Amino acid sequence: MSEGRRPASLIQLVILSGKGGTGKTAVTGALAHLALQTPSIRGTVLVDADVDAANLEILLRPVRGEETEFVGGAVARIDAATCLACGICLDVCRFGAVKLDEDQVLYEVDPLACEGCAACYYQCPEEAIRMIPQTAGHWFASETAYGPLFHARLRAAQENSGKLVSLVKERARETGESQGAAFMIVDGPPGIGCPAIAASSGADLALIVTEPTRAGLHDLERAVQLTKHFRLNTLVAVNKADLYPAGAEAILSRCEEWGVEMAGTIPYDEAVPMAMVQRHPVTEHAPDSPASVALRALWTRVKVALEKAGLSSGAEEILRLQVHPRS
Amino acid sequence: MRIAVASGKGGTGKTTVAVSVARSLAEEESAFHSGQSRTPGGSSLLFLDCDVEAPDAHLFLDPVIEERVPATVQIPVIDPDMCTACGDCAEACQFSALAVLGGEVLFLPELCHGCGSCTLICPEKAITEAPRELGILESGRAGGISFARGILNVGEALAVPVIRQLKEWARPADGQTTILDAPPGTSCPTVETLSGSDYVLLVTEPTPFGLHDLALAVDVLRELGVPGGVIINRDGIGDEGVEEYCAAESLPVLLRIPFEREIAEGIAQGRTLLDVRPVYRERFRALFQMISGRLIGAGSHEVETEASPRGGVT
Repeated sequence: MSEGRRPASLIQLVILSGKGGTGKTAVTGALAHLALQTPSIRGTVLVDADVDAANLEILLRPVRGEETEFVGGAVARIDAATCLACGICLDVCRFGAVKLDEDQVLYEVDPLACEGCAACYYQCPEEAIRMIPQTAGHWFASETAYGPLFHARLRAAQENSGKLVSLVKERARETGESQGAAFMIVDGPPGIGCPAIAASSGADLALIVTEPTRAGLHDLERAVQLTKHFRLNTLVAVNKADLYPAGAEAILSRCEEWGVEMAGTIPYDEAVPMAMVQRHPVTEHAPDSPASVALRALWTRVKVALEKAGLSSGAEEILRLQVHPRS
Repeated sequence: MRIAVASGKGGTGKTTVAVSVARSLAEEESAFHSGQSRTPGGSSLLFLDCDVEAPDAHLFLDPVIEERVPATVQIPVIDPDMCTACGDCAEACQFSALAVLGGEVLFLPELCHGCGSCTLICPEKAITEAPRELGILESGRAGGISFARGILNVGEALAVPVIRQLKEWARPADGQTTILDAPPGTSCPTVETLSGSDYVLLVTEPTPFGLHDLALAVDVLRELGVPGGVIINRDGIGDEGVEEYCAAESLPVLLRIPFEREIAEGIAQGRTLLDVRPVYRERFRALFQMISGRLIGAGSHEVETEASPRGGVT
């Protein structure tokens, strides 16, 4: 799935988590705000790669720009007038998408179950099946106070979210590069599957946001395995660390075992949901809150790691070789 | 009956709710059977952890795993002696897993969905198939609960086949109630989990993020034609948006779990909500009774509420 690392002028940070709801988007919003206040960063482009449930827009209040339709896969449709009900389509479908209709006479395709593989289309002796391209969602090129935001809305129950993530990232990169932006922040989806892989592809640094719970640690391990699998530089942040200090300690020592550096810890702070309700990054809404203080310290460590990856150094290729000796 | 627990937004408490429902029911049953001879293997509850990218329910249910099988897709194996590099397979493959380059067929296994279209289309019959492992399926017992889960291998993109195979492999026995713990989101892995469910518990939190993603999850339920109700977790943080939305959409709010540090700390340590707040046992049993009563009473997927004038998702 990896796009392969290309010589790019845009340094890419992806925020991951494994477990959902650990605070990826709150952290992304704060980093977008802090990047804006960092003079050495010449401009930031933002991507919400959680196309299933995109929330960065809520936090960063963009002016919605250009909207583009995303055509994902196609689904099969059987033309009842041509179909002779031979049943070959039923036999070849491995996804249980072909069913007899209510009268038990003709076959029809359940569009939600259809994988779009077109096996039935190719095998139908009567050429009674057509593949109908599906509008799977829309993507948007918007403007925020923190930089351009590329985000998407996948229609309910659609496939191809990984494809949509790749597309949105590509458009963000093009726009960022044409505007001379140096930095791209990708707010990733939970999990480690297709959309998470697409979000991480080509990243220079992954920041995994976890929480000090047993489930958080369990899923962090899988996320770290994923970033190691793709040889990404990785930092870990523990959000709501004081809710269970022993859990936070356990994460710190596991990260040491894995050879993964910590970006910092963030305390549980009611300023975070309150900032969300006010639709502002917490570092902007409540700059003196404990969470904001912690996020600024975290940003300092992230910046060091990004500088190693070439941000604001100008010697990207050389540094890149040092940072990714195996790529 | 199949009850799925889903959310849209991640980390709202799906697993907390799914485990609480399962344990409340299992404990009630074991109390009922105590002193009587139990039916051999007679668990009336099947728990499926369908969040194969980040499966966590085992941390709270602590199952003894008895069986393990691989989850696989069937991938093409091309016989180079028979292949003429005609390119028919590459043209048929909708997932760009096959390409013809320099008179040879190139196959990218991680893109293959295992549809078998290439096998059927090859004019030389040069393609056979072999399984490729995507993940692992596990089953076992957790107290009075039959437990099964899928685990996607790290680096694999395709969660859906693992979920599909889990549901086929761990089928409920007659009369067994199935609780499905769904992945977050609203796309294919969630849909694969929810399809075939009789009712969906939507767990959300009362914040703008929670509201936004709840609305998306409700769209999925409507698309699938499955009824559902809402559980508000961490009640008290955030704002009134979720309550207002549920009222406007006639969605029943079935339960509110307040944000309390003690609950958050307990769950962080791997304790269940029922351990921290035993009062929820009765609440989840009542909730289950209400749902099953309505489903059986209604005789269809339509849910009418009597407790409140709000209907289910239709």
